[in-house]
Amino acid sequence: MENNTVHSAIRKYNQDKTRLMDILIEIQDNENHISDDAVRIISEKLGLSIVDVEQTISFYHFLSKESLGKYTIYLNNSVISNMKGRQIVAETFENEAGCKFGEVTEDGIIGLFDTACIGMSDQEPAALINGSVFIHLTSFRVKKIVRDMRAGKDVKKMHTSYLGDGQNKSEYLNSVVRNNIMRMGPVLSDDYNPGTIIMKNLAQLTPEQVIEEIKTSNIRGRGGAGFPTGLKWEFCRKAKGDKKYVLCNADEGEPGTFKDRVILTERPKLLFEGMVIAGYSIGATEGILYLRYEYKYLKHYLENILEEAREKNLLGKDIGGIKGFNFDIRIQLGAGAYICGEESALIESAEGKRGEPRDRPPFPVEKGYNDCPTVVNNVETLCSVVKIMLNGGEWYSSLGTRESTGTKILSISGDCRYPGIYEVEWGLSINEMLDMVGATDIQAVQVGGPSGSLIGPEEFDRILCYSDLATGGSLMIFNNKRYLLKDVVLNFTEFFIEESCGSCVPCRSMTPLLKQKLEKILNGNGVANDLEDLPKWGELMKINRCGLGHTAANPILTSLKNFRHLYEEKLERGKEYETGFNLEQAVSESCEATKRVPDF
Amino acid sequence: MSKPVIATATLAGCFGCHMSILDIDEKILDLIELVEFNKSPIDDIKNFTKKCDIGLIEGGCCNSENVHVLKDFRKNCNTLISLGECAIMGGLPACRNPIPIKECLEEAYLNGPSVKGHNESGIIPNDDEIPMMLDKVYPCHEIVKIDYFLPGCPPSAELIWNALTALITGNEMELPYEVIKFD
Repeated sequence: MENNTVHSAIRKYNQDKTRLMDILIEIQDNENHISDDAVRIISEKLGLSIVDVEQTISFYHFLSKESLGKYTIYLNNSVISNMKGRQIVAETFENEAGCKFGEVTEDGIIGLFDTACIGMSDQEPAALINGSVFIHLTSFRVKKIVRDMRAGKDVKKMHTSYLGDGQNKSEYLNSVVRNNIMRMGPVLSDDYNPGTIIMKNLAQLTPEQVIEEIKTSNIRGRGGAGFPTGLKWEFCRKAKGDKKYVLCNADEGEPGTFKDRVILTERPKLLFEGMVIAGYSIGATEGILYLRYEYKYLKHYLENILEEAREKNLLGKDIGGIKGFNFDIRIQLGAGAYICGEESALIESAEGKRGEPRDRPPFPVEKGYNDCPTVVNNVETLCSVVKIMLNGGEWYSSLGTRESTGTKILSISGDCRYPGIYEVEWGLSINEMLDMVGATDIQAVQVGGPSGSLIGPEEFDRILCYSDLATGGSLMIFNNKRYLLKDVVLNFTEFFIEESCGSCVPCRSMTPLLKQKLEKILNGNGVANDLEDLPKWGELMKINRCGLGHTAANPILTSLKNFRHLYEEKLERGKEYETGFNLEQAVSESCEATKRVPDF
Repeated sequence: MSKPVIATATLAGCFGCHMSILDIDEKILDLIELVEFNKSPIDDIKNFTKKCDIGLIEGGCCNSENVHVLKDFRKNCNTLISLGECAIMGGLPACRNPIPIKECLEEAYLNGPSVKGHNESGIIPNDDEIPMMLDKVYPCHEIVKIDYFLPGCPPSAELIWNALTALITGNEMELPYEVIKFD
């Protein structure tokens, strides 16, 4: 039976090795694991070595060679989840299921696992159970869920609360997820009939004119890096290649970000239209939406929308009546890896490989997906593009600040009254943001997720824009009761250690060393020298290859810069050097094994 | 001026670094002219008899005795040097670090193919005379402050010679590429 799944998955994707991810995900979802047999069959049929298949499996969080249980529970262990009561939820799961996190129950029914932010920071604690999202978990709820699992209930029937708002309750989603759209702007607004640009305007414009309009708008990439979108398209248009691709980055892995999830739920047609416009501009025939595994519950819904678009001639051949303009979109699932949000890693992953960043140059606009010229754009960027084409680049550049034009959709979570999605013009100050969401008594705000910076009240007059506080949209708010160094900084650092691909030495080794030093300080064994070491050691992170590596020390470095007093009050005074080594603790395990009592 | 005093020790190492000290060949005669050895396997002095200027440590710490010796060196030496890969990073002995020490001991004394069925009492050696194993092998600087690190497996005789003469004469150390390249 298992081999049937394997063979049918391989057939479904035409034995195409660039679709290895899809094949592995299909097997994982059906069999709870990918066996040695499955690996052997895949390697034979796809013409890959066993190691090629295994290294891809081992890279991704949601793929496993061990069985993960009939019901696989991934409970978010992000900062926000912890703040909202994860601990009691996790304990209840362990007690009720009878196994620890990282284990599967003896009967193979329930597997408990940690996972990084699943994009539900406004409704934590949340978990994925066999791909279904469960939000606002409490120990009461967990007890019921575990009873249901023991009774063999289908996860889709385990929801006791009412379904979420908007499209979440539509028949293709049937999800309890909430949108929490708190503030709409021109991009999120629902007064636009998707498809209008394709049907009415595109035929009158040359690709160069579209690119010119985008350049006039001065929009920059909304994923965080902020590269000018028009320029990117122009480079790709001019790059030589028979086939070109538009990749939409819906990997949204930065902890605390969830705006793409809401766009994908409420404005998917806008997004797909943006991808078509991008395709028209650069001369691409294929678009790929790279959807993070955590959002797999949206896949069926989105595919249905793509199908509708094909029926309306918004996708497919001679789109919008433009002769020879052929473009279609497929969805590529990720399998759990933060690094795949980096564009070259995302391309590698979409090709069915480990999501390791590539060396650049060449940049994806010249040599991207399958070595063809490729633009990779964020979900929000592509949605904004449609509104730019609707209202003009001039209009768009009148919003926001002079060099950060337009609006930004913020994902706001943590200690505030109204967590959710807010579309605002660039240029909003942190103080205004805190007022907007109903946040008082605030100690710190993490701007731009763990890779961004932790700032304190004296900097709350700084503004959100590319030249001051650049952000992909994640804003996490911490009030004065939070233990910043332990609950926030340590958690973020552990996140980066978990998510490092391991390719560059400083990212792989320095981040754990920095964490050890932070723990030493938290344990009261820090000395003044340690605070000098941290930034010096952090310098080394610059030689890593990708953005993850460059920013993995940021939680420690930015908190040290802005909250130095929190570190200083932990230090041991009057000591020049202290390793924090504890002999008694170090021998305790061997003494237990040999039944000896430590005696020094 | 009296001769500088040197002490050396091997912790969780293989004595290779000490062999490398001896490998300075006939220069050892010059060295003896220049320095005096105190606690060291080279002259078999077991305990410190005076305060030393320089301590050379080979090997990391894998058991309680290593820790005591290392701390004793730190107390009695003005300058302490980690000599070689094991002292600096744990080296080969640290290959056990990913495996819990309990599992290591059980494999070695109870379950391993060469002991299974031959250790009827099921005892893991636990005499008081035996040092207690640490949960993992620690590089020296994770236990005490180390002033200098001489890399290599082993560091070449020339590197050791250069380092000692530099320390003693107060001159800058010569570090030609040849003495620190390892590939």
